[in-house]
Amino acid sequence: MFDPAVAAVEGALAAGAEYADARVVVSRRQSLEALNETIESLEQTESAGVGVRALIGSSWGFFATAEAEGARAAGEAAAAIARASATAPGPPLQLADVPVREDSYTTPHTEDPFAVSLSEKADLLVDVTRTMGAVAGVALARAFLTAWDTEKWFVSSQGHRIHQHLVECGGGMDATAVGEAETQRRSYPQAFGQFESGGYEVIRRFDLPGNAERVAGEAVALLSAPECPEATTDLVLESSQLALQIHESVGHAIELDRILGWEAAFAGTSFLELPRLGSLAYGSPLMNITADATLPGALGSFGYDDEGTPAQRVDIVKEGRWVGVLSGRDSAAVAGLPPGGMVRGDGYNRLPMVRMTNVGLVPGDSSLEEIIAATDDGILMATNRSWSIDDKRLNFQFGCEAAWEITGGRLGRLLKNPTYTGITPQFWAGMDMLAGGAEWIHWGVPNCGKGQPMQTARTGHSAAPARFRGVRVGVRG
Amino acid sequence: MTATPMQLCEQVLDVVGGRAEAQVTAQQSRPALTRFANSFIHQNVAESASSVQLKLALPDGRVATASTTRVDGDGLAALVEGALAAAALRPVDPDWPGLAPPAPVPDVDHYDPATEAASPDERARRVRAFIDAGPGLRAAGFCDTDGGTTAFANSAGQRAEGRSTRATIDGIHQTDDSAGSGHATAARLSDLDAGGVGAAAADRARRSSAAADIEPGEYEVVLEPECVATILIFLAFYGFNAKQVLEGQSGIRPGEAQFDPAVSIWDDATAAAALGVPFDADGTPKRRLDLVRSGVSTALAHDRRTARRMGAGAESTGHAVGESDSYGAIPSNLFLGPADPSFGAGTADLVAAVDRGLLVTTFNYCRILDPKTQVVTGLTRNGTFLIEDGQVKGGVKNLRFTQSFIEALGPGNVLGISREARFADSEFGPGLVHCPAVRLGSFRFTGGARG
Repeated sequence: MFDPAVAAVEGALAAGAEYADARVVVSRRQSLEALNETIESLEQTESAGVGVRALIGSSWGFFATAEAEGARAAGEAAAAIARASATAPGPPLQLADVPVREDSYTTPHTEDPFAVSLSEKADLLVDVTRTMGAVAGVALARAFLTAWDTEKWFVSSQGHRIHQHLVECGGGMDATAVGEAETQRRSYPQAFGQFESGGYEVIRRFDLPGNAERVAGEAVALLSAPECPEATTDLVLESSQLALQIHESVGHAIELDRILGWEAAFAGTSFLELPRLGSLAYGSPLMNITADATLPGALGSFGYDDEGTPAQRVDIVKEGRWVGVLSGRDSAAVAGLPPGGMVRGDGYNRLPMVRMTNVGLVPGDSSLEEIIAATDDGILMATNRSWSIDDKRLNFQFGCEAAWEITGGRLGRLLKNPTYTGITPQFWAGMDMLAGGAEWIHWGVPNCGKGQPMQTARTGHSAAPARFRGVRVGVRG
Repeated sequence: MTATPMQLCEQVLDVVGGRAEAQVTAQQSRPALTRFANSFIHQNVAESASSVQLKLALPDGRVATASTTRVDGDGLAALVEGALAAAALRPVDPDWPGLAPPAPVPDVDHYDPATEAASPDERARRVRAFIDAGPGLRAAGFCDTDGGTTAFANSAGQRAEGRSTRATIDGIHQTDDSAGSGHATAARLSDLDAGGVGAAAADRARRSSAAADIEPGEYEVVLEPECVATILIFLAFYGFNAKQVLEGQSGIRPGEAQFDPAVSIWDDATAAAALGVPFDADGTPKRRLDLVRSGVSTALAHDRRTARRMGAGAESTGHAVGESDSYGAIPSNLFLGPADPSFGAGTADLVAAVDRGLLVTTFNYCRILDPKTQVVTGLTRNGTFLIEDGQVKGGVKNLRFTQSFIEALGPGNVLGISREARFADSEFGPGLVHCPAVRLGSFRFTGGARG
């Protein structure tokens, strides 16, 4: 399957490209969703094709086709598009050097998720919705799972020949209780499900049946729970919510293309400015963040990115100080930084761009139990329900599914409709306790949106429960 | 020679044969997008795209869907066999509504061959014009064209085929401390005035420079069309979507005066100022659907599945989406206008009527807190201005709002609707909403630059 990619690169070079690379991508996705004991949706998608990038001067062009015999013409089209880009040319561009490899990589996995029968998967999902739905007051019991199988063959005009086989899998469940003028939801393992690199063994580890009744009971209990009060208080976040906090207020902010202004009109820019790399205080000394595409089992892991750069671990924040970015060959060259191997495209027909890998916290040495015991007056929030942040990644507001009072070092009443809001560096500066050990989890986000045309990426975020001092909670409309 | 979309549909139905009920949608398109930032083209992409989506139901009601980009004989055969195998292994779907019966589709053709065939040079020229309209500023955005043919066929005999095109120029100009946006969408690339859109963006950027920091709170607002489009998208997806109603998650109550009597909202793929093809993913013909008449919620959007579940004579309104039955029925040709045309005013008149309030150009990163209340949080972006004594005084820093979108358009809160309407962008994509600006009596801002 390298042949169409080779033909595409040759077509681009023959049409005048100074550099070209191409990916043949064959991807399969299988998705099941059960609602109230019925399989509501069973989808199987397959896409296959070749996408080729051509660089002429400082201008890029990209063309994709599903027809393998059209690969060379696709390369020629990419070169023609690059020429058109010179209508509004950018500054001179020299791609950052990366090692030229011929290699292959396969996601470590033990059980092919596509080989597990649909009936087994359907039975699992229907059964857990039956268990959740049996709890009085539950209106909607939903369970779902998705598996991806992706093969890529990457070729560049510099000599790369890399084959990758990526296997990813995950799912989850949620129960919704409907009141007179509200809905309340509880999810497991996290909102919108947990996803990892690996096979069906990922699903088997979740123990959906063992958590179904608890999840459903909590959703119903929320209807009669008191509202989260408006206050400025100590906030304890469970790890999946902290993972999304990392995604939004760190992961996107450190994307070098955003910092350089390349996403200004759509996703936005960043409050981070390159002259302050190495000196800016991002958070408290407890805050250590890495971008690590080599983490076994994490959703943002791979062998090589879509520019042929090997997966790597990069320090992003060290003891609270901003020290690293997410980058690719062109953005790193513009910024004068080493390329980070963080460029990926969504399928054969999307332009590879800077994406998060596994951007997560290095674990601390505390535990949720210790954090609660050390908190006199605060709130514990769990499981994301809404998320919003401004175009510089500063002003955020999150809603969670559930919260609990913390008084005198003990958990108190269940609270509904919890929200919290803040400004990124001030919020992270307030982190004074961080758990680790078994509470440090590689959470996965399967649907990170970015780019025009829109593309989604699967990213990972390691997190553990943590405490943040002086946070505004209870914002309501 | 490449098969046409209708030929692909027929090929798939032939492969299925009598083994199942089946419906097939095939699309061929040529999407292309030229993206710019820091006043140069940095990403420039195009694609020759073909896809086929198949939904089939075994005689006992076991249903599966599958899609592929492999449209050769082997690919289509694999598509069918995979879907059949999947359906055989799943439980019966008690809500399978059966296939759409044969019915004529409206004679609508939102299509321009020159737009479908637009070259990268033609898009690049529009980008150049946008950039040049803001000398001394930094420009970012995109110009894209998309066009092609969609065909539908099912084993019940329904056939539908349509062509459509869309072109958009959308972007911002930036000073060192501000940004302003501009947007235009049309069925024809030649209808886009990229220079004019760029000039509007540049004007907003310059006027919002040196923005003041104001306290959050309740403000009277004039919302430009991009904000109104966002509100309509949320109302459509979480409110008028019959699936949300069936699940008890919608705040829409048909028959009730939930909105200001000045407001009417409708969906109409057949309107001259609409885009897309006039049938949905089930092959059901689209028609005008009045969602709100003079403030009264009047109808829900249905696909065949939700109509069956609703019963009581409910019928599909032609709003099935192809990706998944999980989403429900979603209007995507939305309009908002004054219930009484004489209520309309010029956008400048809306501003002139405000003693103290805010003029908001766009919303950003909006997410719903609870679908039942339609409370949404998001931010303002690319031009937020203070209005005093009927005049725009200057820029203010972006604000966060937490506001029910039903209440935003609720009784007594809509103080004005502009006569000028256009396609308005939202973070959910261009071409979905055609709407004016509105003046609202109260809108709740819950955070500012300091949090």
